[in-house]
Amino acid sequence: MSLMQRISLIFRAKADKALDRAEDPRETLDYSYKRQLDLLSKVRRGVADVATSRKRVELQAGQLQQQSDKLTQQAQKALSMGREDLAREALTRKSALAQQMTDLQAQRDQLQGEEEKLTLASQRLQAKVESFRTQKETIKAKYTAAEASTRINEAFSGISEEMGDVGMAVQRAEDKTAQMQARSGAIDELIASGALDDVSSINRGDDISRELDAMSSQSDVESELAALKAGTSGTSAQALEGGQHGAIEATPVTETRTEGEQA
Amino acid sequence: MIVRILTEGQLEVPDERLDHLNELDADVEAAVGSGDEAAFVQALAALLDAVRSGGSPLDPESLVDSDLILPPSDATIEEVRELLGDDGLIPG
Repeated sequence: MSLMQRISLIFRAKADKALDRAEDPRETLDYSYKRQLDLLSKVRRGVADVATSRKRVELQAGQLQQQSDKLTQQAQKALSMGREDLAREALTRKSALAQQMTDLQAQRDQLQGEEEKLTLASQRLQAKVESFRTQKETIKAKYTAAEASTRINEAFSGISEEMGDVGMAVQRAEDKTAQMQARSGAIDELIASGALDDVSSINRGDDISRELDAMSSQSDVESELAALKAGTSGTSAQALEGGQHGAIEATPVTETRTEGEQA
Repeated sequence: MIVRILTEGQLEVPDERLDHLNELDADVEAAVGSGDEAAFVQALAALLDAVRSGGSPLDPESLVDSDLILPPSDATIEEVRELLGDDGLIPG
């Protein structure tokens, strides 16, 4: 017997087993309908759960992207200050992030696939449940013991198979989502540990930032000093530095300092 | 005949395709038997593609059960074994 036939027999056997349990076939119809509605709301919850996981992964990807952009800027700044070693460090960290970002993208795509699959499953089940309800009422209204069991069997086995299928789809989506939640939990921990420098802690800064900041304030001092010297010696060094913005003012010291802070 | 691809839904496939599907199904079964995951993935994809390309989706409101049921496209060998119930649930 082919694989395909064996699987369909298993589904049918399960449906028959469920049907045999009822004493009055009409009760079976109502009971089954109730279970269908339960399953329908379960699938809808499943869709919402997967969507939540997908959004979480997207949020993390966004955080990593920001961090990666920041490292690029730091590398540029470090290079402009002649610190190739720092620039190299920043780019090394950035390349470590790239792998994480690729992983997250793959996870996001997979979750989106599950979300679409479950959405379609819920639409199919919805249509079948609606159709079952109509048939159920017709069968109950015209109930005669002789014909009922055949018709109930027909309606029942079709929907049972669908329920088995949808139930499986929900279970698989849950399993996959759980696996990814564990992995995205690990990334959250990584971000929290400071290894990736969370966006929210941008003001505290990482070691590269601190070193660049220290160098900036150093160069502030130097440029202010240069401006002071320029002012006392009567030359216009300020016109070269601060004057680039076209804002030559009466207070060259302040202007030059502003320029230094922006660097 | 009606064919269900698990987690995808039901399709109506012309009966004359059955022989071809059976051939592809035999490949899947052989891969499950030997535990060759790579061959399984390939054989399952070929089988599902044949069903999808030869069939048309069934009206979602229809309440008919399927003549054949196929594993989901991303199934593993282990999942198929579970599906078949290796504890001898199905005679034959």
